[in-house]
Amino acid sequence: MLTMFLKRMLMAVPSLIGVVIVTFLLTRALPGDPAAYFAGPAASQEAIEQIRAKLGLDKPLIVQFGNYVNDLAHGDLGNSLTTGQPVGKEIKSRLPASAELTLLGLIVSMLVAVPLGILAATRPGSLIDHACRVISTAGVSLPVFFTGLILVYVFYYLLGWAPAPLGRLDVFFSPPPQVTGFYLIDSLIAGNLELFWSSLKQLVLPATTLAIFSLAPIARMTRASMLAVLASDFVRTARASGLSPHMVIVTYAFRNAMIPVVTTLGMVFSFLLGANVLVEKVFAWPGIGSFAVEALIASDFAPLQGFVLTMAIMYVALNLIIDILYGLIDPRVRLEA
Amino acid sequence: MTDLAAASRPSSGLAALLRHSRYVIAENRVTGFAFGLFLLIVLAAVFGPYIVPHDPLASDTAAALKPPSMKHWFGTDQIGRDVFSRVVVATRLDFFIAVASVALVFLMGGLAGVAAGFFGGWTDRIVGRIADTIMAFPLFVLAMGIVAALGNTVQNIILATAIVNFPLYARVARAEANVRREAGFVQAARLSGNGEFRIVLAQVLPNIMPIMIVQMSLTMGYAILNAAGLSFIGLGVRPPTAEWGIMVAEGAAFMVSGEWWIAFFPGLALMIAVFCFNLLGDGLRDIVDPQRRT
Repeated sequence: MLTMFLKRMLMAVPSLIGVVIVTFLLTRALPGDPAAYFAGPAASQEAIEQIRAKLGLDKPLIVQFGNYVNDLAHGDLGNSLTTGQPVGKEIKSRLPASAELTLLGLIVSMLVAVPLGILAATRPGSLIDHACRVISTAGVSLPVFFTGLILVYVFYYLLGWAPAPLGRLDVFFSPPPQVTGFYLIDSLIAGNLELFWSSLKQLVLPATTLAIFSLAPIARMTRASMLAVLASDFVRTARASGLSPHMVIVTYAFRNAMIPVVTTLGMVFSFLLGANVLVEKVFAWPGIGSFAVEALIASDFAPLQGFVLTMAIMYVALNLIIDILYGLIDPRVRLEA
Repeated sequence: MTDLAAASRPSSGLAALLRHSRYVIAENRVTGFAFGLFLLIVLAAVFGPYIVPHDPLASDTAAALKPPSMKHWFGTDQIGRDVFSRVVVATRLDFFIAVASVALVFLMGGLAGVAAGFFGGWTDRIVGRIADTIMAFPLFVLAMGIVAALGNTVQNIILATAIVNFPLYARVARAEANVRREAGFVQAARLSGNGEFRIVLAQVLPNIMPIMIVQMSLTMGYAILNAAGLSFIGLGVRPPTAEWGIMVAEGAAFMVSGEWWIAFFPGLALMIAVFCFNLLGDGLRDIVDPQRRT
């Protein structure tokens, strides 16, 4: 078991190296002279040279790369041009907001999509099967920012059920003392139920938006893999042995059908982390996505680079977790490792 | 799989292909519907600027923020521009971005994948490594980084969209070229003295074209979504250009005060376009590869 974990960890190393090289190359690909870029339009030639030396841009590319990796190893992602603050600190303080939103969106989506896919597979041709097909085709066609705006219009403007789409908390509340950074959990730890409800209300619309977005691939995959499993020999054997339909579906089919679904989660996360940026912009969510968008508008490159790197590292880590989960569900993978 | 696809493919050329296409479209109404939608989109992209009732860039502050009416079918935006005209005119740019990026990724990913699958060895390893590195990023995030680094232009949106789709194309092309590596027609071409490069371009590539075209049609929808998402966060297309993503972004602020039409109609157009491409891709796959039908 332990060797399998270690092997998986090692497999993530080439991905990480690739990610670091690409993010490094992205800064060096900045149009024109990076030193002139960082110095600003009004800088003199002398100032530009000074910045070039300070940034180490006068050194050969390979030395620059060494410095970059060294900085990264010390957790230094550079400073924001507009605020002068270290990027690493800012990303760290904003990460929980994004993580809370994305994870809640994924959980909601799994809770709806998996039962939907199973019901559709066990009752082919029924109303719920058609509903599943329509939802999964429409879901992939919906631009995530558009879904978010429609939800805001209906549930905030028309019905007045949801609070204004302006961040994680109503202005009258102050955030709970930080333990996990997740307001839902922290407010419960602090025993403040009012605060819990307030942050939950703010979360409902953006999390639903993300859930609708990721619903389609999960439902589609669950349905397809459940159909394949239900047609397989071992399910037929289980049925022929007189097991109850409930037992066959839940104990036998479900566990096997989940294997391809877990694999799809990697792709779902790729979409989800990207969609997160758009949803954060729509709901003024103070996460790392809106941090990157603000930096984009100000043509501030260091925060953007930090953001791309953070996202990529998180994605590599998520894929690692998915692989390990895969091994936990499917003992055959464990045996091979 | 291949022999069935080959059997369904015509031996007598275009006429049989048309007959088969008509059969598939008649069989599957949804594909026919998607094909109709696609024609509508192409018409709007080609003739849009000549047929719209208003100038898409002309502002009229007296008529700002008017809800949909007979004069302005989709209402007017915050500076009085006609939303209907802007939505129609934007079709050309959005369609162009999607087509251009898909064509570009076909050139990059398709050729790299065919070479990787056919030659194997180092070519395969290098292409595989590049694809893996791209796949290590969440795709939209990588596209953001590329556009921000290369400069904020429409060309770079196209390039970034093509790059993030690269692994998909390279993998499909690689797998398809790999199974044809020692196929009879390849060996025949080799025996009659063709060079390896010539075989790749003249024999292998045309043979995997049907599958690549399905792939292109399936990724068109994603390409449009990706480009619109980038312009939604302020990358690429700049105001006052009419483009669906940026129009939704401009209308977003008015959603909370009830002027829903500014963001709704461009968003709807975007949704319909993506929906159409996805349906069409599924339909084309049925024509080319009936066995993979779901």
